Amino acid sequence: MGEVHTWAGLLFGWLLYFMFVTGTAGYLDTEIDRWMRPELPVAQYPQPGAAATAAATQALDYLQAQAPDARRWSIQLPVDRNEPHLRVAWQPTSGGAAQSAWLDVHTGAPIPVRDTAGGQLLYQMHWRLHYLPPEAAEWMVALASMALLLALLTGIVVHRRFFADFFTLRLGKGQRSWLDAHNLAGVASLPFQLMISYSGLIFVMFSFMPLIASAWYGPAPGAGRAFYAELFPPMATALPSGQRAAPAAIAPILADARQRWGGAEAAVLEIAQPGDARARISVIGNFAAGAVRSAGILVYDGANGALLAERPAWQSTPRATRDLLLGLHEGLFAAPPLRALYLVSGLLGCAMIATGMLLWTAKRRERAQRGPPAWPAGLALVERLNVAAIVGLPVAIAAYFWANRLLPTDMAQRAPLEAHLLFAVWLALFAHAALTPPRRAWRQQAWLAALAFGALPLLNAATTGRHLAQSLPAGDWVMAGFDLAALALGLAFALGAWWLQRRRP
Amino acid sequence: MPAHLRGTGAGRGRDISARLLVGVLGGYALAQLLPVALVAPWGLARADAVLVALQMSFAVYAAALMAAFAARSARRAWAGMAAALLASAALAWVAL
Repeated sequence: MGEVHTWAGLLFGWLLYFMFVTGTAGYLDTEIDRWMRPELPVAQYPQPGAAATAAATQALDYLQAQAPDARRWSIQLPVDRNEPHLRVAWQPTSGGAAQSAWLDVHTGAPIPVRDTAGGQLLYQMHWRLHYLPPEAAEWMVALASMALLLALLTGIVVHRRFFADFFTLRLGKGQRSWLDAHNLAGVASLPFQLMISYSGLIFVMFSFMPLIASAWYGPAPGAGRAFYAELFPPMATALPSGQRAAPAAIAPILADARQRWGGAEAAVLEIAQPGDARARISVIGNFAAGAVRSAGILVYDGANGALLAERPAWQSTPRATRDLLLGLHEGLFAAPPLRALYLVSGLLGCAMIATGMLLWTAKRRERAQRGPPAWPAGLALVERLNVAAIVGLPVAIAAYFWANRLLPTDMAQRAPLEAHLLFAVWLALFAHAALTPPRRAWRQQAWLAALAFGALPLLNAATTGRHLAQSLPAGDWVMAGFDLAALALGLAFALGAWWLQRRRP
Repeated sequence: MPAHLRGTGAGRGRDISARLLVGVLGGYALAQLLPVALVAPWGLARADAVLVALQMSFAVYAAALMAAFAARSARRAWAGMAAALLASAALAWVAL
C-alpha cells in the first residue's frame, strides 16, 4: 500500500503541484483579473431590479452599434464577487475569435482595457495546462486526479495515527522532518483534499469512464451523443431565417424571469442571431448563487418576447448531486470566512505535495550515504529540478504579473506573450536549477521569489495610479488586497530564504 | 512487511507488475461494470442512471486498485478481480 502511495505521488507529483498552485491562484482569478486590468473601476455589484434592466439595455445598445451582424451576443451582468463587472461579448459572423468589452455599469460606455488573459488564464491552466492539445491535457489531468485520490486513500491507510501525526513536527531531522510536515499538511486539510480530489474527477467523468453511458445508450460514439442530448437537451434552438425583425424589449423579459424565479436576478443574457426573425434570448440565472452549481434557464423569442423553453435549476437528484460536487470544487458560493478556508486548504495541498516530493529525495539521499543509489544521476537531477518545480513555479507566476505591467498596453498579441513569458521564466529557472548545486539553488530561487512578489506593489505604483497609497484610502480592497498579498508572499519567501541562508554550512 | 514485498529483483518486480495490471486494467473495467450492475435495478431514467453510475465509479476504481495490493498474493488479486468482474457483468446483464 505504501508503494502505491509513493509511486502515485512520484509519477504525478510535479503535475499535481502545478494543478494545486494554479488551482489556488485560480480560486482568486477574479481578483487577479482586476489587478491585471487596472483600467477597470472599482466594481459595483449587485445591480438588481431596475439597475439590471438599465445595464442590460445599455449593453444591448452597445452591441447593436458595435456588432449588429454578429452570430451571437453575450451579456454578463454584475451580480457578485465572481462576476462583478458589466461585460459583453460577441461572436462575429466571419467566424473569428469572440470579442469582448467591459462597459461602465452606469453609462454603458466601453472602458479601454489592456489585452490580457488575466487571472482566468491561471485558472484555466489548472485543467487545460498550456501548449497541449485539449484532449491530451484532459487525460493527463484526469490520471493525475485519480493518482491523487489513490495517494490520499493509501496515505490514510499507511498513516493511521491521525491525532498523533497532527501534533508531531520534529524539525531539523532530515527526512523525518519532511515526513512530519507532509503528514501534518495532509491531515490538517484531509477533508478538503478528499473533497477536492473526488469532485475534480467528476469534472472529467464523462470521458474517463465512457463505457458506462454505453450500458444504457448503446455502443460509442452514438452513446455519448445520445447521453449528452438527454442531459443537456437543446432549448428552442433555431437556425437564422435570414429575415430581419425588430428585437423584443428586454425589460418585460427580465421582469418575467425575475417573477418566475421568485425575485432572483438574471446573471447572463445570451442572444442568438440578434436582429433575426428567429432570434433567441436566453436568460440564465446565477450558477454560483449556492453550493449546488445550477440555475434556471429561460429561452424567449427574440422578436416577440414569448417564453419558448424553460429549464429549472433542480431537475433530478443525480443531476443535483453532480452539480453539488462541481459547486463544492469551484467554491464560488463561499462567503469570505469559508473562502479563506478554501484558500488555506489549497495552500496546504501545495505544501502536502511539495513536502512529499522533498521527502522522497531526502530519503533517497540519506540512503545514498549508506550505499550507492540505483541511479545516482537520476536522484541528483530530481533533487535539482525540484527547486524549479516547487519555488520556480511561483516565481514564473510573478513574472506573469510583471509582464502584465511592463509590456506596452497598445502592443499586439499582448495576452499570449504574457503567458509565454511565464513559461520562458520557468524554463530558465529549470536551467538554473539543473546547473546549480541544490542548496544554492534553493537559496537563490527563494530570494528571487521574495523579490518578484515583494516588489510587485512598487511595480504597480511605478506603472499605474492604482497603488496602495491610492487604493487603501479609496477602499479599493481588490487592488489593495492583491498588493498586500504580494507583500506577504514576498515576506514569506524572504523568511524562507533567510532561514536557508543561516543553515549554510 | 508482507511476504510478497520482501526480497528483491525479479520476483518482487513480477509481483508488483501483476498487481498493477490487475488493479489498473481490471479495476478500470470493474469501475465501469460494478456501478452499472448496482444502479440498473433501480429503474431510474437513463440519463440519471448514467450520472449515478459515473459518480460512483471512482470510488470503485480506487477500492479495486487498493484491493489488488492488499491481497495476500498476486494470484489472489487476480482471482478476486476476475470474480468481481464476472459477477458484475452477470448482474448488469440481467438488470439491463
